[in-house]
Amino acid sequence: MMETFAALAHGMAVAVQPMNLLYALIGVFLGTAVGVLPGIGPALTVALLLPVTYKLDPGGSLIMFAGIYYGGMYGGSTTAILINTPGESASMATALEGNKMAKAGRGGPALATSAIGSFVAGTIATIGLAFLAPWLVDFAVRFGPEDYFALMCVAFVTVSATFGDSPIRGLTSLFIGLTLGLVGIDKLTGQARLAFGVPELLDGVEVTTLAVGLFAVGEALYVASRRHHTEEKLEPVRGSLWMTKEDWKRSWKPWLRGTMFGFPIGALPAGGAEIPTFLSYSCEKRLTKYPEEFGKGAIEGVAGPEAANNASAAGTLVPLLTLGLPTSATAAMMLAGFQQYGLNPGPLLFAERPDLVWGLIASLFIANCMLLVLNLPLVGLWVRLLAIPQPWLYSGILVFATMGTIAAKPSVVELSMLAGFGVLGFLMRRFDFPIAPVVVGLILGPIAESQLRRALAISLGDPMTLLQSPISATLLALALIALLAPFVLKGMGRFKANED
Amino acid sequence: MFQLPARLVGAAVALTLAAATPAFAQQLELKLMAPAAPGGGWDQTARSMQQALVAAGVARSVQVTNVPGAGGSVGIAQFVNGAKGDGNQLMVNGFVMVGALAMNKSPVTLEQVTPIARLTEEIQVIVVPANSPIKTARDLAAAVKADIAKVTFAGGSAGGVDHVMAALFAGAVGADAKKINYIPFSGGGESLAAILGAKVTAGISGLSEYDGQIKSGKLRAIGVTSEKRIPGSDIPTFKEQGIDLVIANWRSVVAPPGITPEQRKTLSDAVEKMVKSDAWKDILKQKGWEDAYLGGDAFADFLKKETVRVTDVLRSVGLVKS
Repeated sequence: MMETFAALAHGMAVAVQPMNLLYALIGVFLGTAVGVLPGIGPALTVALLLPVTYKLDPGGSLIMFAGIYYGGMYGGSTTAILINTPGESASMATALEGNKMAKAGRGGPALATSAIGSFVAGTIATIGLAFLAPWLVDFAVRFGPEDYFALMCVAFVTVSATFGDSPIRGLTSLFIGLTLGLVGIDKLTGQARLAFGVPELLDGVEVTTLAVGLFAVGEALYVASRRHHTEEKLEPVRGSLWMTKEDWKRSWKPWLRGTMFGFPIGALPAGGAEIPTFLSYSCEKRLTKYPEEFGKGAIEGVAGPEAANNASAAGTLVPLLTLGLPTSATAAMMLAGFQQYGLNPGPLLFAERPDLVWGLIASLFIANCMLLVLNLPLVGLWVRLLAIPQPWLYSGILVFATMGTIAAKPSVVELSMLAGFGVLGFLMRRFDFPIAPVVVGLILGPIAESQLRRALAISLGDPMTLLQSPISATLLALALIALLAPFVLKGMGRFKANED
Repeated sequence: MFQLPARLVGAAVALTLAAATPAFAQQLELKLMAPAAPGGGWDQTARSMQQALVAAGVARSVQVTNVPGAGGSVGIAQFVNGAKGDGNQLMVNGFVMVGALAMNKSPVTLEQVTPIARLTEEIQVIVVPANSPIKTARDLAAAVKADIAKVTFAGGSAGGVDHVMAALFAGAVGADAKKINYIPFSGGGESLAAILGAKVTAGISGLSEYDGQIKSGKLRAIGVTSEKRIPGSDIPTFKEQGIDLVIANWRSVVAPPGITPEQRKTLSDAVEKMVKSDAWKDILKQKGWEDAYLGGDAFADFLKKETVRVTDVLRSVGLVKS
């Protein structure tokens, strides 16, 4: 423990060198900028920067990459809250409540709770990275395909929190998403499914295209269609621009719980950033004292998922630094960055280049502080966006969404899909189907399917493998409890009522 | 706003590269397609070529475009149709594309492009967890022969080089390649976790990817696929252990169909000059790629043979229906 502190202090000394501070600043700035744009993510940015940083010193450029990574997680939430366009798929859960808050004139507190929540989560998770990494990675490696499948079961059960009022409508949406998840080359057999001979469909449906189409384009179409019925007046600021005492009180617990979801799941080799945000959202929805506000702009629904996605970014660095295991696209690019300097992340890196590893971890703390300083003053400016007259705002959103999609994948098919999903989003809004479960289905479905099939291939088709692994058995039991608990509680409630 | 970062980066690249360009650079202005998303092997090859072509003064400017999708199937279709007869365009490709085109029943094939040169190759390795009872390739061969279904191989995408190699290994030791239990994972990270966690019997990958794990003793390498032992390495080849398995994950560069012989010569000369430059050698060393330069008709021949071999293997494991 003491060595860790000494090493961290030494790392701090590396990170606060003026040049490294500058790299961190460039990193968080670039990261925030690309995070705001749908389609362009931190992975692409790091890829483009690699050849440029070739001649820089390794410490500095890795610090910059880490800044981009953290910054991207921040930036994605800004557009999700303000204009219902999640910049990254991990910001989708944020859009659910965040955008409702913005429409109710509470965009300021929503942005603030997401910035501060990200800061809190990022800081705690970075401490976790410094102290728990070796222990956590042993656990993460023990996660086999059957365990991932069980984790997906937990996720599926909790998804219902995003269903809105009607389970039938929610399930319909979920199945649309699951069907979309089938499109493309089957990972296990290499055969094309539901691609209809279109080569662009072979890689499946891009999550950001679907999310941007359903959320942003669908919303723009819907607003346009309602224009002559009711004039919706948006007030950029109603009440306080900043978080009130009440907001703080309602935010701090979700921040901590979000971190608890984000960090460990991010550290799993196939965990990702999306799942913890959904788990956090469902958890907040169940625990909140204000269930009536969910779906209308509950601050807990922003605070939790935002903390979760930033904590998962730190979690991703655990397997990267300790094992050389890249578990996200951005981590893979950072691995390429390490290799560019002839460094091999893995068990030897901590011993061979402690200055670099601890300098990187220390600079994560600094990047986090910079992001807070960079983002909080901007809150006032961002919410002014909402003062733009609606026709201009929404046409701007359309341009923005289209350009982001073309930048990520320059193809006609991709654009047509965006438009198609936009129409789907419009119809679903018009007929009152919830939108989030579609995206959830697209994300979770393929993971659940391929992990289950992998588990069964390894066990030669014996389904008992799902119960033999202790991790999997525990998670499945959790899923079962989460599924049955509401019915049981309801039944008990009736029982009590009878007694009275 | 939206183009700002990309433009900034682009400008920065141009600046760094311009500074390194000697004054006598030729007027060649190339467009180089990486038929994959930024970050993967083909993209890195394309960007390394960009760096070396300009640094060596072979080309005045090189523009890299990414057209991702289906193991390069989307990229090659666009390349063959859109760049026909254009002597200033090149596309990076490699082993994986051969299998992908066959599996996706692509209407466009590698026979349509003009082969320029093979550039690099990566040696493949089979690893087992450190505590596995399997110590050598012969042990694994015995296990495969005893009950092939129980031996699980973890590796990259279905039909990729790892998958083909698993089938070739089974065939080489006299087992039925059709019955291999190969479990594809997306990306090296996930399969590495499955091997470290001893969820599978063995793992297949490029050697450089598992190098750190092998050196730190967390994984045991039981054989590499090179013809001869790698200098300074204590990992035996499969050939040494009496198993005829030689395969490499090669990457190459091709030109569009319908270019004139002169245009082909200009491009071939440019690539050859680049391969011989110090800039290229530096990059190879840095990335851990083997120089596998093979130009002209020899490469065209190699491409044909490799296509036949890969398609046969994929047909035998049922991935390609004939």
